[in-house]
Amino acid sequence: MNFGSLDLHTTWFILVGALFTGYVILDGFDLGVGVLHLWIARRDEERRVFLNAIGPVWDGNEVWLVTGGGALFAAFPAVYATVFSGFYLAFMALLCALIFRAVAIEFRSKHPSPRWRALWDTSFAVGSTGSALLIGIAMGNIAWGVPIDARGEFAGTFLGMMHPYALLMGVTTVALFAMHGAIYLVLKTDGELQGRIRARVNGLIIAFILCYVLLTLATLLYVPHVTAAFRREPWFFALVVPVVLAIANIPREVNRGREFFAFLSSCAAMAGLMAIFGVGNYPYLVYSQPLAEHSLTAFNSASSPKTLGIMLTIALIGIPVVVAYSVSIYWIFRGKVQLDKMSY
Amino acid sequence: MSTELLARLQFAFTISFHYIYPPLSIGLGLLLVATEALWLKTKNPLYHQLARFWTKVFALTFAIGVATGIVMEFEFGTNWATYSRYVGDVFGSALAAEGIFAFFLESGFLAVLLFGWDKVGPKMHFFATCMVALGAHFSAIWIIVANSWMQTPAGFHIVGEGLKARAEITDFWAMVFNPSSMDRLSHTVVGAWQAGAWLMVSISAWYLLRKQHRAFALASMKIGLALSLLASVLTLATGDRSAAGVARNQPAKFAALEGHWETGPQAPLHLFGWVDAKTETTRGVAIPGMLSWLAHGDTAAPVTGLRDIPKDERPPVNFTFQLFHLMVAIGFALIGLAAWAAWALWRGTLENSRALLWILVISVLGPQIANQAGWWAAEVGRQPWIVYKLLRTSEGLSAVVSANQIVASMVMFVFVYLLLFAAFLFLLNEKIRHGPDEADLTPTGKLALGQKPAAGGAA
Repeated sequence: MNFGSLDLHTTWFILVGALFTGYVILDGFDLGVGVLHLWIARRDEERRVFLNAIGPVWDGNEVWLVTGGGALFAAFPAVYATVFSGFYLAFMALLCALIFRAVAIEFRSKHPSPRWRALWDTSFAVGSTGSALLIGIAMGNIAWGVPIDARGEFAGTFLGMMHPYALLMGVTTVALFAMHGAIYLVLKTDGELQGRIRARVNGLIIAFILCYVLLTLATLLYVPHVTAAFRREPWFFALVVPVVLAIANIPREVNRGREFFAFLSSCAAMAGLMAIFGVGNYPYLVYSQPLAEHSLTAFNSASSPKTLGIMLTIALIGIPVVVAYSVSIYWIFRGKVQLDKMSY
Repeated sequence: MSTELLARLQFAFTISFHYIYPPLSIGLGLLLVATEALWLKTKNPLYHQLARFWTKVFALTFAIGVATGIVMEFEFGTNWATYSRYVGDVFGSALAAEGIFAFFLESGFLAVLLFGWDKVGPKMHFFATCMVALGAHFSAIWIIVANSWMQTPAGFHIVGEGLKARAEITDFWAMVFNPSSMDRLSHTVVGAWQAGAWLMVSISAWYLLRKQHRAFALASMKIGLALSLLASVLTLATGDRSAAGVARNQPAKFAALEGHWETGPQAPLHLFGWVDAKTETTRGVAIPGMLSWLAHGDTAAPVTGLRDIPKDERPPVNFTFQLFHLMVAIGFALIGLAAWAAWALWRGTLENSRALLWILVISVLGPQIANQAGWWAAEVGRQPWIVYKLLRTSEGLSAVVSANQIVASMVMFVFVYLLLFAAFLFLLNEKIRHGPDEADLTPTGKLALGQKPAAGGAA
């Protein structure tokens, strides 16, 4: 397909961003369920409800990460190579956390002994929390900037990545996913358990907002290239308004018992947050500091226009189909969790 | 140990472990389509019971396949960053297509397959099963296209020089249909069918030995053996085509697979043997002229020998030779076993032949070992290249990753994967001991609709 004068680099910056946004919205709630697993669900049956709330969808959600990674590899190979080799230990830890978590979901239900279940409950919670934290730390490093050398290789260290800004982004991500997961659980549960989760929602929202305010302050004070983007294009601030409104809308919808709209608001807020992250960083995919001229951008690290065009064709054919059947699958599994013999 | 060797060992370990599971998902996926089609067509509740039981086994293999598959996608970037930059433009579109067309399809409809029995009608459920099987097959397509491009690159040109050089796509379809992709795809997929089919045969044989779940075991045995027989013969046919392709496109690998040193006509085919790379000789039992005939259809056709390949472009010969011959030997043994067992089943003597049943129980290892050996032969035989004739494996590494980091991650992977494997065996064993669910013989809810009343029994 011929895309004429379309700016393929920017298009793919947006599309890769959209895939990762899909990932944080979708896997965000099931990682969030994991964060809350030990804390809110106490009895075995409650924990089964938690797992089955995400049971039919979690591995489909994780596919967004695989596809996002694949798209990054294809569209911006230099970024994929630099970030994945540079963040080596962090990503290996993330893989470890994701595997343990996946395995925990599958294996917990397969044996009734309390010790077996306690082991996998802990794996699930630690794996989920660890994944969320590491994803946040990686994003924090991308926003803050990492040292890149003249060859385009990462020149930092693992400990150098654990600076306060990145850790704050990590904690904020855990808080965001926990909030998002709690709202999803309110949607999928009923009775006494739902009441208990519902009572936690406001606290989780406040925790997230506190983290986010701190993070925004830190960004404004210490991350000049992101603030410069907003100074250049003041209308970017318009993106903040719907995010604030969406978050404010969550407790309102929860109190009115309209859980589905609360969940949609939470999804919208996350999409907005990712959009702010994207426009704040554009055109940088990896900002280099201290030497900004080594930064990897949507223009200097992309595949050839021909490949970007082929991939856009693939995406235009594939994504509508994926969205159509993803929506139908969520539709089939709508409603409250009911445990049966096929359940986890 | 060098960073290169460590990175290769880590990749070999993680991909080999991963590669236990996707072939099982592909093979069992196809078998699930077959059993569910039989259930829909005959309305015999036995097939419903089969579908339910094998779905559980499928779910187990699929879960580990996904978890270990994410590792593979990360590892290109973490351990092979220079390679990723080099091939990203070409390789990336195949991986992206795999994500969009295969993984979403598979994992999305898996939800319906596993949890949707009572939520959707039988036809919709069957459709979901077909989509899962199709998705599993799609995932094989794109990854093999990408790997085949590394064996026989096509549809690209090189842009830039030195460290900045990379392959860029010029013709997408030439890249997809590169000279080896279709041969290797067909061979890999039928190998995967064997992995699933022999697992079904093995578990059914176990029940027959133990005299448990007789009706279930015989029905599973029939379906499993039918696919085993078909797939084992197809494996031979596709393997022959694939080998002829290697002879044309990758003479160094072909010579290593066969331990062939001297270029010339009447090249012999070794049935088994031992290669000494120092003295450049191969000892063993050989059929004269057979290699020329298999590669080029003519005993007088010359086959390139390793002496005509520069020393620094030769793969490890004996290792490649042994892996290849192991695969071929198991492949032939499986054809014989499938024929023998099918004959016994046909004659009705299978249940009383305990020796045969025991062989069938362990047969599940056959395709697993052959699949692994075949992949190892294909990958080791391509050495020292990571992309044939374009990029050496030693040049593809991550510049910033140290040997210590790889050791640390390797320790983690070995620990986690051993745990995973132990848990997998434990759970598979639990499922087998639990056996098919008797309640599945009387489907209820939406599934009961349109079902003929069971003949006889309590009305």
